[in-house]
Amino acid sequence: MTTVVKENERKLTIARAMAEALSQEMQIDPRVFVMGEDIGALGGVYGNTRGLLEEFGAERVRDTPISETAFVGAAVGAAQDGMRPVVELMFVDFFGVCFDAIYNLMAKNTYFSNGSFRVPMVLMTSTGGGYSDGGQHSQCLYGTFAHLPGMKVVAPSNAYDAKGLMTAALREDNPVVFMYHKGLQGMGWLGTERGATVHVPSDPYEVEIGKAAIACEGADLTIVSVGIGVHHALRAAEQLGGEGVSVEVVDLRSLVPLDREAIRTSVAKTGRLIVVDEDYHSFGMSGEIIATVVEHDLAMLKAPPARVAFPDVPIPFARVMERYCLPDADKIVAAWRTMQSKERT
Amino acid sequence: MTMQPTTAQKLWMYEKMMTSRRFEEAIARIYLEGKQPVFNMANGPIPGEMHLSDGQEPCAVGVCVHLSSEDVVTATHRPHHQAIAKGVDLKRMAAEIFGKQTGLSGGRGGHMHLFDPAVNFACSGIVGQGLGPAVGAALSRKMQGKPGVAVAYIGEGAANQGAFHEALNLASVWKLPVVFVIEDNAWGISVSKKASTAVPHNHVRADAYAMPGHRVEDNDPLAIFAVAGDAIERARAGDGPSLIEIETSRLAGHFMGDAEGYRPEGEKDGLVAKDPIPAFRGHILKTGEASEDELSAIENAASEAVDEAIAFARHSPDPEPADALTGVFIEAQPQGAVA
Repeated sequence: MTTVVKENERKLTIARAMAEALSQEMQIDPRVFVMGEDIGALGGVYGNTRGLLEEFGAERVRDTPISETAFVGAAVGAAQDGMRPVVELMFVDFFGVCFDAIYNLMAKNTYFSNGSFRVPMVLMTSTGGGYSDGGQHSQCLYGTFAHLPGMKVVAPSNAYDAKGLMTAALREDNPVVFMYHKGLQGMGWLGTERGATVHVPSDPYEVEIGKAAIACEGADLTIVSVGIGVHHALRAAEQLGGEGVSVEVVDLRSLVPLDREAIRTSVAKTGRLIVVDEDYHSFGMSGEIIATVVEHDLAMLKAPPARVAFPDVPIPFARVMERYCLPDADKIVAAWRTMQSKERT
Repeated sequence: MTMQPTTAQKLWMYEKMMTSRRFEEAIARIYLEGKQPVFNMANGPIPGEMHLSDGQEPCAVGVCVHLSSEDVVTATHRPHHQAIAKGVDLKRMAAEIFGKQTGLSGGRGGHMHLFDPAVNFACSGIVGQGLGPAVGAALSRKMQGKPGVAVAYIGEGAANQGAFHEALNLASVWKLPVVFVIEDNAWGISVSKKASTAVPHNHVRADAYAMPGHRVEDNDPLAIFAVAGDAIERARAGDGPSLIEIETSRLAGHFMGDAEGYRPEGEKDGLVAKDPIPAFRGHILKTGEASEDELSAIENAASEAVDEAIAFARHSPDPEPADALTGVFIEAQPQGAVA
């Protein structure tokens, strides 16, 4: 793909885009504040709070002790009391030490109170592997959060969506889990997917939560993905395009609410579906998306749907083992070939 | 000098204790409807678990008498006395316990999930769960410069939860206006405090978090009033959090249906003999702050309020079953809509 650099184009990393959304919203809404581990002077391990301490001070940009149960629970209490807290869970893998506050309080208190209590907070957390950080620092776990009712879940694939989704999340009256992939973040010390760093308008704007985007249009195959998977899908689309296969890539951007209409519309057009998901294979996002299509209309499929997802094993450390498990463009192309062999005639 | 309640405060505490006791007597009676001779928790007008607080009323009134509706309380899975002392609407609370449409949450919560925004009251069903939210509410008040303190009620079992230690540390590091109140009824379901806790008294754990720790040995509203008054005053003054442990007594089982075989012989009789409500009544009569007739009038008023609440709950409609599918999220206001 060739990129044409337009005049006035301002390319930002996802990290910078998130920090800009936070800063702009904090300027206009005094209820917004940020807390978490290393989000102050360090600017966040993944750079998404860089500059906020200098701009807003330690009262609104709070480094916390390593006490996720306390500070996620505190965010729930502050949100219920009229604030709009943003908390960072440094790695999504750490949810195990504080999930009670997340899924039993943050996610349920709106329902339990029939809306008389609101929990407008953003839980932002890093996901994903591919850099040999081992199986407690590399998971995605999108499906776990999306499975449990009461949380909106977003996962941007590029900086434009990251800023717009963050702004929308900060203006939401509901809890939003903002899951950013480390491989897209634009930190120098992490390998970064180039396609994630895109033009980002300076002014604040929202990207609607629950609305998918068509990352590229096509007629023969739909690939549905989220986050880094979108970039694998776009590379596969390019490769297959060279073979004359026209691929449409649906970037979900949000898991909750799920834009089922966008998925069905695309598959109705192409008749073929591959889901790419760096989260675990079973009981997760990939199965849900396939069910979204087959429950609706089995006849729209010309071939059995396929998924390219992380196998049901803990994430291994060794580079060759991790790469063996992670989705990539080659695995998507291979899934296409298998699908072709099963195609109805 | 020890803080003393005024006569009006004493009578308020007595009224709230009586209301809570009468309310739970009614709940206990109705709970068993449809559950005899075979006890099946799913049956009757009030299904599910039922955790009664009789015996623990002094902890509720001795603290909440110092609070107003703007102050925040996070309560436990045993919340009735705390809710009543905080001023939660009794009719809608009863209706929620019955799972009715008119309940605080239209039947979505039940007795462990009572929410009343008018008095900033919430409770939750898991041990130690309210600690973080209380710290957060206190943080919110401090950041906004708004008045109000937060009180997190927990049982003594919660003092062995990680959430307890994290919350106390965070509240102390940030010097937040929050008071942690342990209702020590000596039993975590069937496991005694002695068998589960490395220290004889939990108030000493406050030392680890550089905050005052108080122990109230008597299940007595007056003793609690004094200690809680100091702690809440300290929080309001911006001097940070405190921990209070009150040795109280759970007169019933952990939940209704609990055979209580784990209690040593005679313990229950001893506790009933020390029931704090008759004791407090005796105190008020002895000091002459109210006459027998005046106390009877308070008791009758409590009974009437309870009868009215229970009747309201009984006669309220069930929720629409399909409404179960609504209310997971706050729906966005349409453009131009008036909030």
